[in-house]
Amino acid sequence: MTLAIFEEKGTPLENQGFTWRELVQKPISKLDDDAFTRVRVILMNGIENEALRFGHLISRFNGSLRVPLAQVRRVEQHQATMVNWLLGADHSPLETTIAYEQVAIEVTAAVARREPDEYLAQIYRFGLLEDFDHMHRYSALLDRLEGKDANNILQSYTDILPGRPTMVEHRAPEDDLRRPFDRATADPLSKLHALTITSAEYQTHDYYMNIGPLFADPLARQLYAEIASIEEQHVTQYESLLDPSQTALEQWLLHEANEAYCYYGCVQQESNPRIRAIWERMLDYELGHFQTVLGLFKDIERRDPQEVLSERLPDPFPFESNREFVRNVLANEVDLRADGTEIVPLDKESPASIAYRRRMNAEGSPSEIVAADYHWRPGTELSKKVVNL
Amino acid sequence: MEPSTQVSMKNRTGLQMSPVQSKEMLETVEGIEGLPNPPEGTGTAMAEMRLEYINEADPLGTVPAPASAKGMVKTGAKMLTGNRPQVFMDKLAERCAFERGGTRLYDGLLTKFRARHDGGTAKPRKGNATEAISQTRLVEIRDQEMQHFQLLADCIEQMGGDPTAQTPSADTVGVQTMGLIQTISDPRTTLTQSLHAALAAELIDVAGWELLAELADGMGQKEMAKRFREALQHENEHLRSIRSWYESSVLQESGSAARAKA
Repeated sequence: MTLAIFEEKGTPLENQGFTWRELVQKPISKLDDDAFTRVRVILMNGIENEALRFGHLISRFNGSLRVPLAQVRRVEQHQATMVNWLLGADHSPLETTIAYEQVAIEVTAAVARREPDEYLAQIYRFGLLEDFDHMHRYSALLDRLEGKDANNILQSYTDILPGRPTMVEHRAPEDDLRRPFDRATADPLSKLHALTITSAEYQTHDYYMNIGPLFADPLARQLYAEIASIEEQHVTQYESLLDPSQTALEQWLLHEANEAYCYYGCVQQESNPRIRAIWERMLDYELGHFQTVLGLFKDIERRDPQEVLSERLPDPFPFESNREFVRNVLANEVDLRADGTEIVPLDKESPASIAYRRRMNAEGSPSEIVAADYHWRPGTELSKKVVNL
Repeated sequence: MEPSTQVSMKNRTGLQMSPVQSKEMLETVEGIEGLPNPPEGTGTAMAEMRLEYINEADPLGTVPAPASAKGMVKTGAKMLTGNRPQVFMDKLAERCAFERGGTRLYDGLLTKFRARHDGGTAKPRKGNATEAISQTRLVEIRDQEMQHFQLLADCIEQMGGDPTAQTPSADTVGVQTMGLIQTISDPRTTLTQSLHAALAAELIDVAGWELLAELADGMGQKEMAKRFREALQHENEHLRSIRSWYESSVLQESGSAARAKA
């Protein structure tokens, strides 16, 4: 079943509201809920935060849209709160980091597998291998600092192995920009994918920037500084996929459609009934937002919105382990590098990136130090043997 | 070693450091005419709101069910005799997590010790009590923590449990020990301040092993109880070492050297 985005009216904006008690509900269980419930919580917080960020940005450039933007943003703020507060406080910041990287790996892999445009699909595969490596570095830190096994967060859905080494991910800014999709010819799914991954990476960047200084350990502080820098590169990369010739309203309409699209996937796949009810409510709210923006789009731009989106949204991407796909990408594409907007073989890498990286790594590489000789083992590397299954 | 406590005029906290501003701050305690007063209330609303959440809360999680009884059969472990073996399993997992985290805590303490004794900028002062701290002993304690972790992992497996699973009590010790990790891993804290964190860990550890040995008795696991009491003996020795290093260090720094020597 796909979502008939133009037909479904959802909850009218004026009927949307919360109490503080509703915003702060009991959290999911770190131990008993499925890891993909946590993946959905983190992803949707990222999607909501992107809605807020984008709404503020266009408000600075567009006086006539300020009132509806403020009205929709207020609801998005509370949606983001209700969703993000579902994470329990028994997750240490580092355990939550593991969950963020699981989102980055599994959602990017799902998108890469379904992306109809080969250039865009390659960009997702390229970024995927970098987040995959972050998982390995953070797992080493979790093991060696807190004495915890990252797999208790991952629940065996996601491998813990080195990817493209974090220390070689540092590139010159111009080598992180990619070619955008063409608004006139791109498949609507490509537009939704680019927004989804940009949103997820942006919140990951912001999360690392906020929690990095909470660590006392200087190695942890350096590692967060290093990986936050890559996340900024990733935001630069994915954001550059968005066609800059799209109008503000067109982009706003796509944002609302993407929120509905992602919540729809959550509703369809959620295993926790209490959380599914939250996704259903959020979906109805987003459909209401879409209708509001659709009205503005028609009134102001006087264009057919189906130039932007098809009548029905595509099938939601599956929230599932992409182990075999990721291993295959790892085996075949780990040595790829960037030169301008192109993904190139190792020996064709841009000299500017090599020079930039040499400078950043001149006094050592935290990601190399933390994971030196690190091999994930069930129950941490202090376990003397692999468990019997 | 640099003393933990130095006097200076740099600390800006407390009322006395800024007498003029503080006098104005104190005007707000009695209230200032024309400015809003704090809201009325008895102060019980906080507890009432929290009670509402406590009453509605789900547990942190559950103890995983044993995959099968094959582990018990294979290892010939004695059948559990308690009514609620999951409590025992949860506590085994709790100590397992604590000992594993404890190993990492001592890794941090060893680094702090090395910084003070073989390469740090703050060299030990002659006669300082921390000179009595032995790296060999610290390594020994660290290794015993790791052995205890491995012992517990074996015991969980013997009971048909999964030593890699995180149970609710294992989860809570993770939360509880975050402050200890933060203290020891902070490059600014002294060895003495780090020892205080290790002391907290060892006090909890001793109590934990005492209870675990008693639980093993109650579950009819005599052999396990015996091994747990051996671990308890180690932990009591750890506690004695850490406590004596910590106390000596503080007493020496405070000038109470006589008691430190005693």
